[in-house]
Amino acid sequence: MQWEAVIGLEIHVQLATSSKMFSGAATAYGAAPNTQACDIDLGLPGVLPVINRRAVEMAVLLGLAIGAQIAPVSIFARKNYFYPDLPKGYQISQYEAPIVRHGTLEIAGADGEPKTIRILRAHLEEDAGKSVHDAFPGNSAIDLNRAGTPLLEVVTEPDMASAAEAVAYMRGLHTLVRYLGICDGNMQEGSFRCDANVSVRRAGDPKLGTRAEIKNLNSFRYVERAIEFEIERQIDVIESGGKVVQETRLYDSVKDETRSMRGKEDAHDYRYFPDPDLLPLTVTQADIDAARERLPELPAAKKSRFLSQYGLNEQDALALVQEREVAAYFEQVESIAPGDPKQIANWITGEVFGALNRAGLAFAQLPVPSAGLAALLGRIRDKTISGSMAKQVFEEMWETGDTPDAIIERRGFKQLTDDGAIAALVDEVIAASPEQVEQYRSGKDKVFGYFVGQVMKKSKGQANPQQLNEILKAKLGR
Amino acid sequence: MAIGADQVTAIARLARLHIDASEVAGYGAQLSRILDLVAEMDRVDTDGVEPLAHPLEVVARLRPDVVTEPDRRGVLQQGAPAVEDGYYLVPKFIE
Amino acid sequence: MASGFPSTVAALAAGLERGDFSSVELTEHYLARIRALNPELNCYITVCEDGARAQARAADERRAMGEAGVLTGIPYANKDIFCTAGVRTSCGSRMLDNFVPPYTATAVERLHEAGMVMLGKANMDEFAMGSSNETSFYGPARNPWRPDCVPGGSSGGSAAAVAARLAPAATGTDTGGSIRQPASFCGVSGLKPTYGRVSRWGMIAFASSLDQGGPMALTAEDLALLLGAMSGFDSRDSTSVDCVPEDFSRLLGAPLAGLKLGLPKEFLDGRLAPELGATLEEARRVYESLGAECREISLPNSGLAIPAYYIVASAECSSNLSRYDGVRFGHRCDQPADLLDLYTRSRAEGFGAEVKRRILVGTYALSAGYYEAYYGKAQKLRRLIQRDFQAAFGEVDAILGPTSPSVAFGLGQKTDDPVSMYLADIYTTAVNLAGLPGLSIPAGFVDGLPVGMQLIGNYFDEARLLGIAHRFQQATDWHRRVPALADKV
Repeated sequence: MQWEAVIGLEIHVQLATSSKMFSGAATAYGAAPNTQACDIDLGLPGVLPVINRRAVEMAVLLGLAIGAQIAPVSIFARKNYFYPDLPKGYQISQYEAPIVRHGTLEIAGADGEPKTIRILRAHLEEDAGKSVHDAFPGNSAIDLNRAGTPLLEVVTEPDMASAAEAVAYMRGLHTLVRYLGICDGNMQEGSFRCDANVSVRRAGDPKLGTRAEIKNLNSFRYVERAIEFEIERQIDVIESGGKVVQETRLYDSVKDETRSMRGKEDAHDYRYFPDPDLLPLTVTQADIDAARERLPELPAAKKSRFLSQYGLNEQDALALVQEREVAAYFEQVESIAPGDPKQIANWITGEVFGALNRAGLAFAQLPVPSAGLAALLGRIRDKTISGSMAKQVFEEMWETGDTPDAIIERRGFKQLTDDGAIAALVDEVIAASPEQVEQYRSGKDKVFGYFVGQVMKKSKGQANPQQLNEILKAKLGR
Repeated sequence: MAIGADQVTAIARLARLHIDASEVAGYGAQLSRILDLVAEMDRVDTDGVEPLAHPLEVVARLRPDVVTEPDRRGVLQQGAPAVEDGYYLVPKFIE
Repeated sequence: MASGFPSTVAALAAGLERGDFSSVELTEHYLARIRALNPELNCYITVCEDGARAQARAADERRAMGEAGVLTGIPYANKDIFCTAGVRTSCGSRMLDNFVPPYTATAVERLHEAGMVMLGKANMDEFAMGSSNETSFYGPARNPWRPDCVPGGSSGGSAAAVAARLAPAATGTDTGGSIRQPASFCGVSGLKPTYGRVSRWGMIAFASSLDQGGPMALTAEDLALLLGAMSGFDSRDSTSVDCVPEDFSRLLGAPLAGLKLGLPKEFLDGRLAPELGATLEEARRVYESLGAECREISLPNSGLAIPAYYIVASAECSSNLSRYDGVRFGHRCDQPADLLDLYTRSRAEGFGAEVKRRILVGTYALSAGYYEAYYGKAQKLRRLIQRDFQAAFGEVDAILGPTSPSVAFGLGQKTDDPVSMYLADIYTTAVNLAGLPGLSIPAGFVDGLPVGMQLIGNYFDEARLLGIAHRFQQATDWHRRVPALADKV
């Protein structure tokens, strides 16, 4: 039996404003409990909300970036439910009339072909607080610092067919919101959280299956694992004669499974109605025009440009445009050391990303400035050093912050580029290895590496690899 | 419109109001009377009428994104029923 | 009164200005009256003797420095729905019996900036839900004209305090008639301004799209002074209207010749007690003698104001009152077994029966499957009611009608029947649904109890409305009558 999965995502994008959605309290992460919860955030009697202009502007930016309709009038409603981290007993959220509707985001689909994911809506709302359950015996403890932080909830149509596609969409949106500067994208701190709606159906069945909602997935990996587990689970349920129940499930990353939250929540009846404390939110054409002015070059456009302007391949271009800072770094290096964009791309996606990864640093914390990398690559191009030497120099640049030339000088790195000298070394090696010469000449290509290694050893790693290759091939005569 | 005991209990639960079993019938009767009064609304045909959420049809004013509220936790927690280390405490609700 | 102090704000302001007495003397005078009469009338939940004295001293100093405004040094009673920093603000509820706000309502802040002296926090129906003051956790305030009768509600303590001369002025709030109806029952003047005129910041919400704070006093002239001080744009209230500050006294002397007053025929039907109809007829003759032209108008949908009002108000209150959960402030039950018990018992103990009823009605009306039939329908009726008024204001300058279908009723007379209580607001709720300004001033007496009449104006037309009321008060003396009980001390 062939099954297909149908997946829709709801992503909560925490907007990078200084103050809260409806109050003047700070939104900074990590403050002592309840020190950033003002009277409005606490829902004290008689307090009133006032909308943060910047949050609205950020919603408009995202709307423009996904080619969506920006509603001239949107309405804040109250979603009523009781929960200790929800101070007013309702969350202010846009319900029937969201600010952004009908956008799209393109991802790479399963077959590598571009696939368009439809975004149904994006609406503004306030976040809830946090509960701590293990700090005080018998009690849960409530911290309302996060309460009232502006969120933009971005809801897709059920357009994704696999966990991989869901992750690709999530990454695409993650890249986009950081490009726009509307979210710091910090998933560990909860700035970008995902709920996944997952259902399965028999291939070709036009009817959607019953869906389960998996809540609060805060990493790409968890999204992938949770969706994969959930698809398998639902198929198992149906194949063993059962029925999928519409419910909310939690992903347990330790056990790598999703489990039902049934019985822990009431049947929801949110009693939405327009918040009478807030008037309709209007966005004028002038507001939209102003936002469009501020719109940066978006990832998709930048990728196309990188393909055409620098002749990069799809994979490199995609990797470079994931983060605005990476793309900018690439272009800075390219402008200082023009002529070989492919080399720059390789270095950034290889050495630079690898080193950042090992060090656990974000790109913004990269200790090697663009001018430094440009200078280093220049020394490869002018054959002062080889690629493998350059890697050592790069490591030292990272450690010391010195310029490549200073390091090359200090370490005595100097490439052997004299053809005659290389040829002499090659001759020595060939003379000392009659057996290997015989093997090579009888067709064993692999032995070529042996000669390269031997010559490199003799040259203390300083022979220019390309020249060495050419001379070796000529001398071995095949 | 008669509101039965089950409905009263369900609404009270939604509203997080404890109602003694002895009060349910009384609330049910009162609610039913109120809803009878409210049912008079049906006398008028409102098809095509735009709902009025607000008496004055003006639009929202927005505030600048500026932090204006300093930390006043001490003052704000003075009247709180249960506070420890700056947290509000409630009976543990996740096992 | 024998004391030698005049009664009205305007006369007191003149006396302070002339130096006939100081604010401290005036404040002591009212505090003494409160000590004498409040035990019987229960107008105040909290009396702020020390705070009032401090404010009075500051007012006198300000005057000595030549910096006094017209209201500087004038005492007033503040409805206990307005948050006052450092002073317990109970909203008439056990839920907030221990609540001391860390902030002050904008409207109150403005009165205090003008130099007014807060004598105390006035009694009210719990969370402003009631028309008799009987739902107050602190027991009902009583009607100074007949202490076995209710003062009306929800601003009953404010109205009774002004009537009994326990304050020359008071704040009130009006969601469905809560300023006008008690003003009518107690024989004082009360104004519900246009929605958005007075900031709702710090005014504890009952039904946000209907609530509006306003002044209560003995005369329209005083209301104009008070409204000028308490109104004005407030960026902390998104529904506050940013309009040019105005002098609400400017039309007090305006002649009424040519003024068109409309009497809605729907307000003069069988539900209005005949004696009250006669009072209104007499008021009409007064206005005609002053040169106004009175004509019958129609507000065809006004009969639906009560049901629409009860749905809108209950729905909004059910949500507004969710924040009272025993977690961050207010009443918490003893020894909650678990979270649900904490919620349900704290709320059951903290709220009285009427508040619970409205929360239940509102929760029901908003719940899945009923929204359109109730809340949606009510909002549509609201539109029709607003259109009726707009059509009427195409024909007339202001509307004259009864404030309440009856005079003050006996304590306990309607507490068992919520619906009959709701009908006490039959002439006032439409004004809130439409967001219009309305006021009630004394227009006569029936069986020794005051009868008020209501004047309704178009949006932001308070100054003219006050002028129309003032001319009536110049021609009549209903507003000068003093309850016998108030004259005892």
